[in-house]
Amino acid sequence: MTLANASKPILRRDEAGGETVRYALFVLVAGLVALFFLMPIVWSIANSFKPAAEALADPVSLVSSAFSLENYRRLEGVGAGWTSYAANSVVVALGTVALTVLVAVPAGYGFSKFRFPGQTLLFVLVMATMMIPFQSILTPLFLILKWLRLQNSLFGLVLIYVTFQLPFSIFMMRNAFDAVPRALIEAARIDGASQWTILRRIMLPIALPGVATVAMFAFLNSWNEFLAALIFLSDQNKFTLPIMLVNVSSGIYGIIDWGALQAGITVTMVPCIVLFLSLQRYYVRGLTAGAVK
Amino acid sequence: MTITAERSIRPERVARGADTQGEPQGWLGLAFILPSLLFILLLFLIPLAMTVWMSFHHWPLLGRIRFAGLANYAELIEDVQFWRALGFTALYTVLVTAAIMAVALPLALLVDRPLRAAGFFRTIYFMPVVIGFGAASTLWMWLLNPDSGVFAQLLRGIGLIDSAPRPLESFWPALGVIILMVVWKTAGFTMVILLTGLQSIPDDLTEAARIDGAGPWARFRRITLPLMRNSILLALVLNVTSSMLAFDQFFIITQGGPSNSTISAVFSIYLASFSSYRLGYGAAMSFALLVVLVAISSIQLTFMRRRPEDG
Repeated sequence: MTLANASKPILRRDEAGGETVRYALFVLVAGLVALFFLMPIVWSIANSFKPAAEALADPVSLVSSAFSLENYRRLEGVGAGWTSYAANSVVVALGTVALTVLVAVPAGYGFSKFRFPGQTLLFVLVMATMMIPFQSILTPLFLILKWLRLQNSLFGLVLIYVTFQLPFSIFMMRNAFDAVPRALIEAARIDGASQWTILRRIMLPIALPGVATVAMFAFLNSWNEFLAALIFLSDQNKFTLPIMLVNVSSGIYGIIDWGALQAGITVTMVPCIVLFLSLQRYYVRGLTAGAVK
Repeated sequence: MTITAERSIRPERVARGADTQGEPQGWLGLAFILPSLLFILLLFLIPLAMTVWMSFHHWPLLGRIRFAGLANYAELIEDVQFWRALGFTALYTVLVTAAIMAVALPLALLVDRPLRAAGFFRTIYFMPVVIGFGAASTLWMWLLNPDSGVFAQLLRGIGLIDSAPRPLESFWPALGVIILMVVWKTAGFTMVILLTGLQSIPDDLTEAARIDGAGPWARFRRITLPLMRNSILLALVLNVTSSMLAFDQFFIITQGGPSNSTISAVFSIYLASFSSYRLGYGAAMSFALLVVLVAISSIQLTFMRRRPEDG
């Protein structure tokens, strides 16, 4: 320990020049790798704003001589139009976020701060649902939604998404409520705060980052989900953005409108990227917490 | 990062059970949990039981449902297409997991530095993870297309090839580009999992080894790798289970082709249930896949449990 600390400054002085070279080398290598991850996204966005002829002749260039929204206009002519598909996606994603938070926050609170018989068993049951992939119960879900008359309905899709968001969300919320110091609750109770006040004034503010994580995962997962939307939505006015993309990419009479596809990809992925970049902290938190379970 | 937070919670959890005095009444807690239990019962447990029930029936979408005993399973055992799909899914899982680990581990080592720039690059590498598989698949369809795709243009531009490659027309190139796409989309995720492992290794340990004269390779093999064991195993579990369930990229990019060689397990369930509308047979396939998956994750989880506590 002391040896390591003592030796560090000496090493630094000797390799002062080496440090700079190593830093430059790191930036160079990391930068080249970054191109691989970044360029497909950049190319797609850049091409969505090019006129068709230019995109066909030179897909690689990033700046277009003629900025054009024609691809977005043509995409509006596909099926019900991209704006209504985007609206469907927004409804499904926000619906999933709202319902997931509404159901998972009380559940996390119940599991964290109460004791009742069978509690551990119930928690294990909820967590066990994470082991079983939803892909393997799609066939009966299809029938259940049909019986409930929720097939081909955005609300039915939201219910499915919420169910498969719940185990992770309840786990996150239980941990969030576990982090509230019990001394704080005791103090509030002695001061005469009611159960409801404790939840609202003490618990929720501390658990709020957990709620943000839960909401963000619910949004991204429902916005991006493809298979269930493909199976449960049959009316073309109800499609979500990923389904629209696949319809555009399968082409009409074998001809694919690549420009319209670029526009569709852009409107589908940009909200996710913006959300991630602005709330990155909460996303990575959920990722590592969920992963360490 | 969160691993340490997780550990600090544990003692409290143990203590919590002891002093239940002053706790709110238990039944109220049950009421808080009830809505979530309703969701899980109605849209998870009942469908799960129905999968088993349906797999013993001939169950067309319209028309009469007939009890079939084990007929669906007997058919499944003889079904060459289903075994091919399972075999293909296993092949894909092994290759894509290996490829992701081979990319993500160097990435994690590269950006595991206390530099602002390292955080910036981490964010960039992670960005494709938040894009859906649907958008990513269509994006790569465009990148790969021989007429106006970027790859064809680039390769022609540097004079590597004369005519545009058509990777989707034969099996191995098609599988290769799918794996490339999935590595692009998910390597950042595995990188973050591995980073949590790397960051839990105390600096003193590597520093001490350095002073003892261990070279970079020896330090990596003798210290870093063994101490990362858990996060490597976790990354493997997550990659294997998600690859076994792959659907979007095969449905969208290869459309199962060429000549049905890239139909994954979930894809074949989709075809049986929602293209031929043989729901009973689809349920039998689903149950078979479920058994395989639960088996894989329990084997992997057993490996993870068997570990030194701070391994």
